[in-house]
This record gives sequence, structure tokens and C-alpha cells, in this order.
Amino acid sequence: MENGKWKMNNLLSSTAGIVIVGLVIGVVGALLQYAGNPPNMGICVACMERDVAGAIGLHQADKVQYLRPEIIGFILGGFLAAIAFGEFRARNGSSPALRFALGLFAMLGALVFLGCPWRALLRIAGGDANGLVGLAGLVAGIAVGSWFLRNGFEPGRAYPAKRPAGSILLLVAIAFLAMIALQPDFLRSSIEGPGSMRAPVAASLLLALAVGFLAQRSRFCTVGAFRDLFIIRSPHLFYGVLALLVAAFLANLALGQFHAGFSIAEGKPQPIAHTVHLWNFLGMALSGLCFVLAGGCPGRQLVLSGEGDGDAAVFVLGMLVGGGIAHNFAIAASPAGPGANGPAAVVIGLVFAVIMGFAMKEKMS
Amino acid sequence: VTKIIDARGLACPMPVVLVKRAIDDCVTELDILVDNEAARENILRFAASAKTAAEATAEADGEYRIRIRRDRELLIALGGG
Repeated sequence: MENGKWKMNNLLSSTAGIVIVGLVIGVVGALLQYAGNPPNMGICVACMERDVAGAIGLHQADKVQYLRPEIIGFILGGFLAAIAFGEFRARNGSSPALRFALGLFAMLGALVFLGCPWRALLRIAGGDANGLVGLAGLVAGIAVGSWFLRNGFEPGRAYPAKRPAGSILLLVAIAFLAMIALQPDFLRSSIEGPGSMRAPVAASLLLALAVGFLAQRSRFCTVGAFRDLFIIRSPHLFYGVLALLVAAFLANLALGQFHAGFSIAEGKPQPIAHTVHLWNFLGMALSGLCFVLAGGCPGRQLVLSGEGDGDAAVFVLGMLVGGGIAHNFAIAASPAGPGANGPAAVVIGLVFAVIMGFAMKEKMS
Repeated sequence: VTKIIDARGLACPMPVVLVKRAIDDCVTELDILVDNEAARENILRFAASAKTAAEATAEADGEYRIRIRRDRELLIALGGG
């Protein structure tokens, strides 16, 4: 038996492949910031879905409303790769409502920290030391979730579905694309704040398409990276995360986007960040726990949605609604720290996720 | 006795977690059914890192049967490899 044989089928699933994909995502993150996206937020699935939630009126925070083309690009990129390589498989039925709730709480935790796992890495690569606290929380949450997976957490089987049922988020992405083109009156759009900071639409869309495509081929996943270290001692996906970090750091240096520190106060504050370490840590711990129970980081969930996974699509919809709730209920953080109800939301989310971690055990035979 | 795991419909990372659990339980002959490419790659990668012989054969409808044997000789004797 040749170990090399199977690798030939999918070059990007090799170690070199995952490293290349990590490098590309890191550089794209830095470039999209250079091209106009908010600082240390060239890519942030959570922030961008929150902006999308604002654009369609799910919350009224007028500084974070923009129909981010990147979200559309990740879904469509995943879809195109799946079609091109015969991997589009419509399926669903693995505890969808639980996945909705996990997506919702993952979003609340991410917005208490101010970033998804990708942005946590990009914040570190831009010099924001608060990102390290968030990453530590993320890893802690993934460790707890991995313990649940090792000890029998099982959301149940998905079943093959009819193609249209696996294409719903794809249709949503196409509808969003049409809205960007037609700019209907009901679409909300920030004129100041992070929501007003944008790379050109074409750059956002095309680069995100490329990232979605590569992520589908390589199965790139920031949460899986740590989970696989914990459960199967495999560093494969972790190499991709390291590559992302290094590439974004070097690109930020080259583009003059790097400056190190914690501070959000003086001269050059860390952008879209706060220094309340406890909630940076616990917010991301909640996110990490929810992501690992749901099978992957938010970028991966978008890609899976594109390849026909209706359960991942439900998780994404949960995140979208979570983005609305985070701002409607004063949960999302600002530079002053978490929203008034942020800590309570994180604690409720942690209790919920831990109960589910214990309660969703299935006897395996 | 070959242990058979039906991991069809199980989302990542459950298929490979089930293989890991079985190997930890000292199962020496394991056949696992998966229905997607990512699970196949994961399991073969894990088997290689666990110094375990493994071979995937394509079945109908994009499904794979992956035969995992702790003992490489055993896999060859059974006609694999």
C-alpha cells in the first residue's frame, strides 16, 4: 500500500497544500485591510456576518451595517470547488436546531471578544496583544469541546437530501449578490464606523471566492486545527493556522500595518478591540466550544454550506441572528469593553453549551 | 473479528474520532464506511500517523470502505495493499 497514493487525488489536502492555503488566507487578510476593510479585519467571518445582519436590518447599530461581499464569496467559492471536484452533496438532519443555537452563542462570544478565530489570528498578526488573550480563550474552549467529543458527544447523523434543500444558503448568497448589484432601498449601509470601511466590492468578492475555493479543497479549519491536536494528535490543520499567522504578520510588516501593544487609549490604539481580558478570554472560550461542537470554525461552516451541508447552513443562520441579537441586546463589545449584557450572555452560553456537551452523548457501538 | 463502523452521514470530525476510539480500544481489524472525501482523507492521514495500515476502496454513490489493520501483514494477507 502506498501512503502517497491518496494524496495525489487532492494536492491541497497534503501538508504543503494546507500551508499554501494558510499563507494565501493570511496575505488576503492583510491585503483586504490595505484595500479598505477595517483594521485587523481584512477577513473576519463573525464581524462580517454581523455587518450583513445589520445591512438587512436585523440590528440597528448604524456603524456596523454593510452587506459584506466576502461572506458571499466564501459560500460561492466553496460551492464552485465542490462542483468542480464532484463533492457537492446535499445533506442535512444532524440536530439542526442545536446547531442554530450553537451558531447564535458562538456569535455572541465572538462579538464580546470582537472577532472570529480568523480575526483573532489577524489581530495578533497586526500586533494586537489582546488577540493573544482571545486566542488563549479559543484554545481553552476547543479543549473543553474536544473533551466532550472524546467522551461521546454526538449530534447525530445527517442524511442525503434533495439538491435544492442543500442549496438554500447558496440561494441566499446569490440573493445578497443581487442586492449588492441593485442596492434596494431597504438595504442599510453605514456611513461611518467599521461598516463604512470597505475594500472595493470586486476585490472583496474575488479574493473571498479564491479563499472559499482553496478552503474547500484543503478543508482549512482554524478550530479543527486545535481540535485535531487535542484528539488525534495531528498537527496537519495546525500547520495551516501557523502559515496564516506568519503570512499575515509578514504582509502587515510589508504594508506598514503592524504595531504591537495592548493599549486602546493613546496615539495609535489597537483597532476594534478592548482590554477587558476576562471577557476577551471567556467570549472566545464560548465561541471555541460552540464551534468545535458544531464541527468547525465559521469560515469552514460557510464553505460547508456551499458544498450542500444544510446543517452548516443552519449554523450560519444562527450566527446571523446572533449578530442581530448581540447588538439589539447590548451584548457586543466596544473599545470600552463588552456590552452591558455581554458577560451575562457569555455565561448563559457557556452553561448552555456545557449542558449540551454532556446531554448529547450517544452510546456508540 | 472485524469491527465495522458505519460513519456515513457523520459530520467531521466524528468519523476519525470513532477510528481513534476503536484503535484506543485495541481493535486490530476495523472497517469503516464513510460517504465523503474529507472523511476519507482524515482517516487515511490519521492511520498513517498512527502507524496503522489502511486502505480505502471506492464504493457506490461516493462512499468509501476504509480497511484499517494494526498489522500490515494482515492487510496484505486479506488481499489489500
